[in-house]
Amino acid sequence: MRGLGIIDRKGAVFLAIVLGAAVLVPASNLGLAETNPLHVSDYLVPLLGKYVCYALLAVAVDLVWGYCGVLSLGHGAFFALGGYAMGMYLMRQIGPRGVYGNPVLPDFMVFLNYKELPWFWWGFDVFPFALLMVFLVPGALAFLFGWFAFRSRVTGVYLSIITQAMTFALMLAFFRNDMGFGGNNGLTDFKDILGFSISADGTRTALFAASALALAGGYLVCRALVTSKYGKVLVAVRDAESRTRFLGYRVENYKLLCWVVSAMLAGLAGALYVPQVGIINPGEFAPANSIEMVIWVAVGGRGTLVGAALGALIVNAGKTWFTGMLPEAWLFALGALFVLVTLFLPRGVLGLWASLTEGRRKTTAPAPPAMPAAKPAE
Amino acid sequence: MDSQSQALTQSLLYLDNVSVVFDGFRALNALSLTIEEAEMRAIIGPNGAGKTTMMDVITGKTRPTKGEAVFAGVHDLTKMDEAAIAQLGIGRKFQTPTVFDMHTVEDNLLLALKEDRRAFSNIYWRRTPHEKERIDALLERIRLKDHRLRKAAELSHGQKQWLEIGMLLAQEPRLLLVDEPAAGMTDQETADTADLLRDIAKTQSVVVVEHDMQFVRDLDVKVTVLHEGSVLAEGSLDHVSANERVIEVYLGR
Repeated sequence: MRGLGIIDRKGAVFLAIVLGAAVLVPASNLGLAETNPLHVSDYLVPLLGKYVCYALLAVAVDLVWGYCGVLSLGHGAFFALGGYAMGMYLMRQIGPRGVYGNPVLPDFMVFLNYKELPWFWWGFDVFPFALLMVFLVPGALAFLFGWFAFRSRVTGVYLSIITQAMTFALMLAFFRNDMGFGGNNGLTDFKDILGFSISADGTRTALFAASALALAGGYLVCRALVTSKYGKVLVAVRDAESRTRFLGYRVENYKLLCWVVSAMLAGLAGALYVPQVGIINPGEFAPANSIEMVIWVAVGGRGTLVGAALGALIVNAGKTWFTGMLPEAWLFALGALFVLVTLFLPRGVLGLWASLTEGRRKTTAPAPPAMPAAKPAE
Repeated sequence: MDSQSQALTQSLLYLDNVSVVFDGFRALNALSLTIEEAEMRAIIGPNGAGKTTMMDVITGKTRPTKGEAVFAGVHDLTKMDEAAIAQLGIGRKFQTPTVFDMHTVEDNLLLALKEDRRAFSNIYWRRTPHEKERIDALLERIRLKDHRLRKAAELSHGQKQWLEIGMLLAQEPRLLLVDEPAAGMTDQETADTADLLRDIAKTQSVVVVEHDMQFVRDLDVKVTVLHEGSVLAEGSLDHVSANERVIEVYLGR
């Protein structure tokens, strides 16, 4: 398409950091002695990997919210579905090493008296198939949902509410044992991925590196979209939807395309998240999770992609610290953060940075000439 | 069809007996109107006369409860959506200037240019020299050449009005619907806008909805007076101004 032209300075710094981390974190964890101050501990690697997955998820949310103006309060559903697709692969890899030693059926199915594998589990023992499903299942749900919602011109808060209802309904469904996804315990006790032990240092660092690469790739996909004429139309839809329609654009198709891409990226984030945290359960569908994602994007700076990733990192690092120190205060801190950002940093942390650097430039550069044009009568 | 209605549907725009009812309220009441190729028409009428609803019907935003709306003799506008009608060649300017604030003046025009509107093909779009030429010509015409790279949000009210007219022109429509183009403009800007619209009407049909009688006088075209959803009078401004009913419901004393 447009090659390197899609990467601006902010993006170059971001990609350098992400790709640098993809190399340096594994190198430090595996290569440096534990006493070395630059050593990244075994505890930290999956934690950072989790943050990177959240960052990719935030980038996905920002694509639809920041550029297309579709506020999704249900992106956790796409993330969780991607996670379940990966979890199903990981369950099948356990094979006869489960507690019940059944070579085909996962433990929870034996426990629930399943006689044979349900049809929707077929094929998940093959990694390429599972990987395909990581994209296809969230993508298909997003397509169906978006097809109806955008065609019926559901917008604004009504759309947000039905996205929330969607993830809530899925949560209730996945909580049921007879859905065939392990009920409220979800899928866990994973042993290996692609033949490598999931708890080995090498696998964990490789998963971290894969997550970082996925973040970089997801960022580039979103950048390619938003810097194209397609992306200009998205912003037009966000700012003046009916104007865009009267120019002859089929707004619903523009929304649907970025909605599906976003859902697929969220699914990929979920798929990388699950082997690093070792479990996927219906709690990932919880509406509160989806709301938190929106807060990450708001904190980092909506409509910047890089800001979304930064926001995910800041809020989740804060969450890790808070839940260690003052677990009961975390939700209050999160709420306060959202209120403060909305009131004082409407463009997020990245917007604050931009206005600081712009302010410095303004003092050195001459002010732009005043507009000579006639002003309208007041 | 008899020969008369055959002749009528040769018009660029043909509205016949169009009614729109919202919850029992008749926004349009058996409205009939024809616009010829390269004709300019001014539509006046008190608030609630149905001017905006008429535009909504023509552009596909509102489906008429009954009646016919035919474009260029063949296209049934009552069965098409906004995007299809826009692609057919009907451009609409809103009452309050509606441009894409976060885009530059140039990008506003780029998005309006008559080009492929499909989502997928616009991912692979690259600027062509021909597109640049067309944008240059438009910027010249709407006098925003020096503002090409400014965000539309930074423009004055009058400049936004002109940018939106420029966006309409970029679509290369056969019919332009222009809702109160002179609202909020200085006297000079109003006169310039009348000149611009007269110039456009040399090649394209223009329907102007306007409250400003001086502006309508400047346009010097056939006037249609709407009242309670139907046509009250039609003719030159002097002719309709002399009409007793028009004076009563609209012009006042």
